[in-house]
Amino acid sequence: MTVDTVGRFERALEGLEVGLERVAAADATERIETIVAEPAVGSPLPFDGVSLPGEVTTEPTTAELEAARTGVTPVGFAIAEYGSVAVESTADGAEPISLYPERHVAVVAASDVVPDLSAGFDRLADGFDRGRDSVVFATGRSATADMGDLVHGVHGPGDVRVIVLEDR
Amino acid sequence: MAQRTRTERADRIRHLLETEGEAIHAHASASNARRYETYGATDDLEALRTEARSIKEDAIGRLPDLIETVREAVEANGGTVYLADDAADANAYVADVVESRTDANGTTEDGDTPSVVKSKSMTTEEIDLNEGLETEGIAVTETDLGEWVLQVADDTPSHIVGPAMHISRPEIADLFNERFDPDEPFETAEELTRFARDHLGEHIREADVGITGANFVVADSGTITLITNEGNARKCAVTPDTHVAIAGVEKLIPTLSDLEPFVDIIAKSATGQPISQYVTMLSPPTDSPTLDFDSPDEPITGDDDGAADGSGAADGTGDPDREFHLVLLDNGRMNMREDDQLRETLYCIRCGACSNSCANFQSVGGHGFGGETYSGGIATGWEAGVHGQESAAEFNDLCTGCSRCVDACPVKIDIPWINTVVRDRVNRSGESESYDFLVDGLTPDEETGGIDLGKRFFGNIGTVAKAASATAPVSNWLADVGPVRRLLERTLGIDHRRDLPSFQRESLVDWFEGRGGFATSKRRAAEPRVQRGGAAVSSRRAERAGTRDGDTGLDREVVLYPDVYTNYVDVDRGKAAVRTLEALGVPVRVPDLPESGRAALSQGMIATADRQASRLYAALAEDLDAGRDVVVIEPSDLAAVHREYERLLPEGSVERLRTNSYEICEYVYGLLENGADPSALSTGDGAEPVAYHSHCQQRTLDLEAPTVAVLERCGYAPETSSAECCGMAGSFGYKREYYELSMDVGERLASEVEGAETVVASGTSCGDQLETLLDREVPHPIELLAPGGYRA
Ligand code: SF4
Repeated sequence: MTVDTVGRFERALEGLEVGLERVAAADATERIETIVAEPAVGSPLPFDGVSLPGEVTTEPTTAELEAARTGVTPVGFAIAEYGSVAVESTADGAEPISLYPERHVAVVAASDVVPDLSAGFDRLADGFDRGRDSVVFATGRSATADMGDLVHGVHGPGDVRVIVLEDR
Repeated sequence: MAQRTRTERADRIRHLLETEGEAIHAHASASNARRYETYGATDDLEALRTEARSIKEDAIGRLPDLIETVREAVEANGGTVYLADDAADANAYVADVVESRTDANGTTEDGDTPSVVKSKSMTTEEIDLNEGLETEGIAVTETDLGEWVLQVADDTPSHIVGPAMHISRPEIADLFNERFDPDEPFETAEELTRFARDHLGEHIREADVGITGANFVVADSGTITLITNEGNARKCAVTPDTHVAIAGVEKLIPTLSDLEPFVDIIAKSATGQPISQYVTMLSPPTDSPTLDFDSPDEPITGDDDGAADGSGAADGTGDPDREFHLVLLDNGRMNMREDDQLRETLYCIRCGACSNSCANFQSVGGHGFGGETYSGGIATGWEAGVHGQESAAEFNDLCTGCSRCVDACPVKIDIPWINTVVRDRVNRSGESESYDFLVDGLTPDEETGGIDLGKRFFGNIGTVAKAASATAPVSNWLADVGPVRRLLERTLGIDHRRDLPSFQRESLVDWFEGRGGFATSKRRAAEPRVQRGGAAVSSRRAERAGTRDGDTGLDREVVLYPDVYTNYVDVDRGKAAVRTLEALGVPVRVPDLPESGRAALSQGMIATADRQASRLYAALAEDLDAGRDVVVIEPSDLAAVHREYERLLPEGSVERLRTNSYEICEYVYGLLENGADPSALSTGDGAEPVAYHSHCQQRTLDLEAPTVAVLERCGYAPETSSAECCGMAGSFGYKREYYELSMDVGERLASEVEGAETVVASGTSCGDQLETLLDREVPHPIELLAPGGYRA
């Protein structure tokens, strides 16, 4: 088994055509700024010293949500094996913000990247114990083949970027 | 629904082959191929399947408790649970919820139609929810793209995972261009998808209520699991303030940790993906804010301080504006739970792998291979349970019992057995037919009257074959003349285009007795082999060898099972098996043994099969006691012993038979592995290409590999076929209504192997089908390997 869990996560994401960037917390805001397409909405990032870039609207209105091209959210943890990120249903709207805009930027701490589904379920169980009992494992981009060919970006985002905070 | 006549059935199948076959085959076979790949790449696949099954067994076992558990959990979360007895009950409840919500939101006062958005759910198809709501004046929009295509086309699902699999892209484009009249006609999948997204997005934003199904429901936390690739289920569940989830009671599993193996396996089995794009676990009402697109300037997080602090209301009551209803549907499921044969159906996770792996499904799709709602192999169980036997009877015969779905099913459901059971029950509910007397004389079965004559004929094929052999070649000649063929077609449904088996006057058993029986075989087995390029050995040395039992360290004796085809029709492969075993130093007995019950099982005649299984066991008991090995040539008979006998015989008997019976090439492989000399056989030059079609049931028993290994050891370069089935699968291809389907499936196999100089097949019916399609000899591998070869 590889010890480089983030590396494994990165490779899984490559297969899903999802880009991953590793950054230090101090540089995170700036990096996020370069990859958000405006208008952008987001839910606050709970990592010390990391905040959303100024142009990202938090507590958006439904009109802003509808118009947004990017949604930035933290994710509770990620599963390296499958390249999945765990988005929680929070009152600040992480679920719709990660779902409605065409691009989803997911921010995760390197220490929260777990190796496999089993470890993901352990984390899930911890969250459930603390009342965080609505979570989606999102893997890659929304897709359908129902119209006769594989197309990305159907009801969910067609473009996903993952930021890994290496010193968190 | 009245049963169709043979002619109507044949017409319907022909029509489906022409109209939907191509699109279905493209999609189903691609999913199937991806499943093989993903299954192959999953190290712990077997453990995963075993675990998934045992969780389901346990959950269905204590279902009444789980219903109470989930009720408490959902209510503690602030939601409601409704246990619906049947379709009408469920529909009425949902309509009530929609009406009370729209009243509360003031929609109805504006004179607007209440609106609902739905994500794909077979359970709501089962209860015809859309119609139910529409008659109450509620507008329903499907948001899964496939389901929406069907809604626009006013069509029904043809696959439990890919509901619109039977409609091709150009057909969808035509449909949409006509219906929506766009400025620029739609052409590509991309254009169609964009349009659908925008159109459906608007419906979702405006809907009063979101309805979803549930792939799994975790009882102790009240968590609904929704698994999709598009993301529409998430939108339907979290956008409107009211979410109704409708799930069959069988979807309940006890705890969160029980969910893990299912999340791990469902996409692998369904589409061959490692995991689906969105595995949504909701314990509603959730903390996600509701989205009121009618008030575009309100922050989505609302004015409720308690919910807007980002802490996610960990008190478990969720966003106060949200309402959640879990509708648990019985609709026959609690009765299925009491039914020892149908219970397994409730373990089904609706992944559709059984459909994808089914050769007949790949040809006609779920509109031919499905009942009122469900389609594919497992549909028989579902339809019999929720809609009744008649709905299942309609397509039950399309299961040939090939068992390819058995390895595909993530919860290890014995789907062919469920089909056999339902067939048996359908048989018993029929009316007596006027030609009964024709078959009566030939059928020593224990089946009550009313069963289809063709079925009784094929179910008693052993007796038929015996009589035909005794009167050959007259019987062969008679069977070929026009009036007789027409009578056979009219009374028994045997298609006149199909070549009938040609019965041999001398059966294998008689031939073997005639050459001196076991004594001769023992002597031959003891003869040292003529080495390749060497000279014949003297009879003195042969004699000496005869006294040295176990020359190669092999001290075995074989009872070769003379199955009906080997004994009366394909006698040559029986002789080849005898010669091969003797050449490898193993003496053989070929006693006259009872039928295995395979033929009866194929026709759903379980009582007959049961009796035959007991007789065969009794007839073999002494040989088993004496430590003899039972070797079987026809894979379908071996499969009866290894798979179905556990439903028919006491456990101990099955175990004894199973551990001491082998497929012929598997047995030869064992001999070679234990030091027998392959040069005693007909060997190739090391690179001689051979196209090999194993046999469906043989593949399910993992017996393709030993044959391949033996061919390789003997100097051939075997190339195995990947088509799931030859299309004959026993009596199926003889039947008039299925002849064309059988040929359609067969052609896929034939086109794979036609380029090879030598084609071999393990099953009688596979060989027959290939000989017809390729118009040349297709021997059993043992005939290729036997000393002297098959042309000798
Ligand atoms: S029977 Fe098995 S393979 Fe078929 S849909 Fe159900 S779970 Fe899937």
